[in-house]
Amino acid sequence: MSGSADGAARRLLVTGADTFWGGRVAQAFEVDPDVEVVVGMGAHDPSVPLERTDFVRVSDHSYSTVHRIVLATGVDTIVHTGVMVDSTLGSNRLHDVNVIGTLNLLAAAGAAGSTVKALVVKSSGLVYGATSRDPYAFTETMTRATPAHTPVERSLLEAEALVRDFAHDNPAVTVSVLRFANVLGADLSTPLSRNLSRPMCPSLFGYDPLLQFVEQGDVVRALIHAVRSAKPGTFNVGAPGRLPLSEVAAICGTRLVPLPPWQAGLFSVPFTRLGAFDLPPELIPLLRYGRGMDTKRFRETGFDYRFSSVEATHAFVRAIRLRKGVGHPAENYQYQEDLERFLRHANSVANRAGEPSRPS
Amino acid sequence: MVGVGDHQPVLTEPKRSVDAAADNGHRPHHVPIVEPVAEPDPERPNATRFSDVDEWGRSERMRRLARQLYDPIYRSWFRVEWEGLEKIPTQGGALLIANHAGAIPHDAPVIMHGIESELGRPVYGMADYFFRTVPVIGTMWSRTGGVVANPNNAYRLLREQGQLALVFPEGSKGPSKRFDQRYQLRRFGRGGFVEIAMRAGVPIIPIAVVGSEETMPILFRIPALGRLLHLPYFPVTVNMVAMGPLGIVVPLPAKLRLRVMDPVTFDVPPDLGRYSRSKVMEAAESIRADLQETVYDLLSERRSVWFG
Repeated sequence: MSGSADGAARRLLVTGADTFWGGRVAQAFEVDPDVEVVVGMGAHDPSVPLERTDFVRVSDHSYSTVHRIVLATGVDTIVHTGVMVDSTLGSNRLHDVNVIGTLNLLAAAGAAGSTVKALVVKSSGLVYGATSRDPYAFTETMTRATPAHTPVERSLLEAEALVRDFAHDNPAVTVSVLRFANVLGADLSTPLSRNLSRPMCPSLFGYDPLLQFVEQGDVVRALIHAVRSAKPGTFNVGAPGRLPLSEVAAICGTRLVPLPPWQAGLFSVPFTRLGAFDLPPELIPLLRYGRGMDTKRFRETGFDYRFSSVEATHAFVRAIRLRKGVGHPAENYQYQEDLERFLRHANSVANRAGEPSRPS
Repeated sequence: MVGVGDHQPVLTEPKRSVDAAADNGHRPHHVPIVEPVAEPDPERPNATRFSDVDEWGRSERMRRLARQLYDPIYRSWFRVEWEGLEKIPTQGGALLIANHAGAIPHDAPVIMHGIESELGRPVYGMADYFFRTVPVIGTMWSRTGGVVANPNNAYRLLREQGQLALVFPEGSKGPSKRFDQRYQLRRFGRGGFVEIAMRAGVPIIPIAVVGSEETMPILFRIPALGRLLHLPYFPVTVNMVAMGPLGIVVPLPAKLRLRVMDPVTFDVPPDLGRYSRSKVMEAAESIRADLQETVYDLLSERRSVWFG
């Protein structure tokens, strides 16, 4: 199913369009003729080339800014990928981006005069935590066993609570929240994927957790599927199967460094300072107990995974090996604001990229 | 219209998007850099596993190794004898329950070992999450078939995967009781095991064990040490007194005799959100009474603790 339910062309707002997630989602909708307008919003320059997305760089996610953008563009769908799930990107920004950013976005989407009909939010399996009491597969209705201790988990829980309130206050808006498992992909950098692509990967002595992954392409496909299928609710997104960390390390050809199981954060300081590996606080419980999610509900909406957890690991390591040999094409991309503005808005441009490619 | 179907890899295939743009009369000024996701076949990386660990953390290879190591203990030390093993189904889910005893209870590995080697089907032993928290031991426990006793885990094992799961409804109250309370079944908690069996639509098969109490009899407990070491309980056993530090792990060679009782089925539909509390407690109480009765039967037939 493409296009909105009433057949009209859709107008999309993608937050976090400067990141891998948002950029790829925007790219995908650019080639969809049923999507009239794609607006990208982000704090930095886009990291992937955007064909006809109207990108707007906003340094602050203040209510007035977001409110103006949402009203002026008249978007009907918001894909909120601008949620940080990695505290190594700057833990001081977590609250601003995840909580305040989401708060302002939702306030703008629910304001008088807003045309928003659908909202898709990227969240993370981090909201479930990782403890010894956990079930082997969390379903969407389960809650975490212990209160959140790490800033990223706290901010994600708060963001999800804001989304739930929004869904309650705006029953006409279709709200979908996707909780992703750990993402593996060569184009994307997470603490775990960085560790796995290095010679050394931290582990906790005596623990061999079961991990569930999702391949980077499946992440983008899941977000797009959520926009197209417009099913309200919370969905776990994780590839089928789980595999132990020792096996992941064997596939990736990295050596596990067993840290003492207690005070691992403290003992890891010399390694993280030297840049041998990353060990943000939210990774430590995962390295102890792992996490599994039941993904039946999202599969029932018609989504198929291209990669199982094992296949995602193999695909990741193949891409990393290639990358180490020939370098990364995306690193050469530089966003040129003037060029992009010219191509979209100058009078002399005959075949405008910004026009919907709809045969007349 | 460019086919942007749900199952078509438009976003990940640069070629398609170039075509789409070219069809509409202009060349794109750049090609999206997104790399193609491998197609299911030749490009798809193989899914070679480097281990055989399943989603519960269990590895059949490790389990086989554990069985090889445990077999001498099973056959020569405890000289295990079974009755009614044929009552355990060869396929489909069933919840096995048993009485639980001995400071380090050997009833769990004995039941798992016996059923796996006689019937050739795996048994998942459900136990307190405490095991998972201990480094090395927790991993070994999980690799050799240990699963955290959690209703959701039990439901998935029994209902969705049709496996055999073993639980001890007494919990840690069984193995922590003193020797003067031997073979007196503790309470069966809130009857959670009955509710799970009802929800999963599987029978409960009780197994009565005698001899386990004498493998590691508890003289008394030191609660303060238990709290200090974060253990569920800290027992002082006959083994410790007799053998010193070795007695912490070495069980006495009592003869173990097990009797599989008739399966208990429930005439309630599976997958209900809630089951009548009184029905659950009634079933739990009657299973407990029958199990206690069978344990007494076995004890009255027993001539010697060591020779059966």
